[in-house]
Amino acid sequence: MSAPASAPTWPEEVYQVLRAHEVTQVAYVPDAGHKHLIDSAIADPAVHAIPCTTEEEGVGVVAGAHLGGAVGVLLMQSSGVGNTINFLSLIQHCRFPFLTIVTMRGDYGEQNPWQYAAGQAVEPTLRAMGLITLRADTPEDAVRTVDAAFGMTEVGGQAVAVLLTQRLLGAKKF
Amino acid sequence: MLERTPTLATLLQGTDDRLIVSGLGSAANDVAYITDFSPRAFTMDGVMGAATSIGLGVALARPEREVLVVTGDGELLMNVGTLATVAVQNPQNLRIIVLDNGLYGLTGGQRTATATVTDLEAMARGAGIRRTMTVRGEEDLGRARELIATPGDTAFVLVKVAPGPAAAVRIDRDGSRLRTSFRTHVLSERS
Repeated sequence: MSAPASAPTWPEEVYQVLRAHEVTQVAYVPDAGHKHLIDSAIADPAVHAIPCTTEEEGVGVVAGAHLGGAVGVLLMQSSGVGNTINFLSLIQHCRFPFLTIVTMRGDYGEQNPWQYAAGQAVEPTLRAMGLITLRADTPEDAVRTVDAAFGMTEVGGQAVAVLLTQRLLGAKKF
Repeated sequence: MLERTPTLATLLQGTDDRLIVSGLGSAANDVAYITDFSPRAFTMDGVMGAATSIGLGVALARPEREVLVVTGDGELLMNVGTLATVAVQNPQNLRIIVLDNGLYGLTGGQRTATATVTDLEAMARGAGIRRTMTVRGEEDLGRARELIATPGDTAFVLVKVAPGPAAAVRIDRDGSRLRTSFRTHVLSERS
C-alpha cells in the first residue's frame, strides 16, 4: 500500500477565489470532486450552501441570486449537466451571468462505461445552450481558470462552465 | 369555486413592497395584471419548473425583502423536489402561492395530477415546509392573507381555483429586459 498523498491545496484556493468574487450562494448536487468546496460553503457563515434535489434547481437559484444582487455558483458533476438543459434557456434568453463548475466523468481514463454518454455530451450540449466551456487539467489551471471565469461572468456578462477534468481529479479505478 | 384572478388580487392586497417571481403561463399573466407590470415582478413565459428555485435565490440574496413565488400546479409539479430544497433553507422572507386549477392551461387543458389524487399542500408539508395551508373558499382567504403577511418560516399557500382564463394581458416576453428592470429595482431599493 502506498502512503496517502497529502491533500491537494487547490480546492481551498478555488474556494478562496469564490469568496474573493463575493459568492454568497453555492448551489450544488454533491460530487466527490466538489467535496472541499461543498464542506467549505457549509462551514462558512457568510455563504448559503444550497443542496439541490436536481441540478436545474441550481440554475434557478443562481439566476435568483443575480436578480437579488448577489453572486451564486452551481457545482455539479458531468452526469447532471443534461438535467440543466431547459433551465439554461433562462440563462441564455435573459442573458444572466452564470458560472457552473463541473467535475468530469466519462472522459480521460474513465473505466466505467456508463459514464461516457453523458460525459462526452457535456461540452456539445452546454455550448448548444450558449455557455462557454473552459477545461482545467492541472491544479494551477483550476485556480486560474475559475478566477478568469468570474471576469467573464460578473464583468463580461457571459455564461461559463469550468470543467474540472479527470486529468486534474484522477480517474476512479475499478 | 374561487376564480383565479380576483382571488390572487385579494391575496396580494397590501403586498406592494414585495418582490414577486411568477411561473409561466396563467400565473404570469395574473401577476403582471395585478401588479400593473411592475418591475418588482419577474414574470416568465418559459422554463417550466423554475419559479420556486429562482424565488429561493432572490429570497436568500435579499433577506430584508419579502419575496413571493406565484405559480401554478403544473409548473410546480414539473420540479416539485424544489420544495425540499426550499424547506432545508427555510428563508424567513419567502411565501409560495400556488394557484391550483388541476390542469395544464397552456397546452389544451389536460388534467394535472392534482385533478385526481395529488395534494400539493401535503407534498409541501412532507418536504418540510413548516407553514402550509389550502384555500378552498372565500372563508379561507383571511387566514391565507395573514399567513402571507406574517414574517417567519417559509410559507406555502395552495389555492384551489376553478378552471378558467387568466387575466387577458400580454406580458413582456423580453427576458433580458425583465431581468434588468427587476435587478435595477432591487438594487435601487437597497440604498
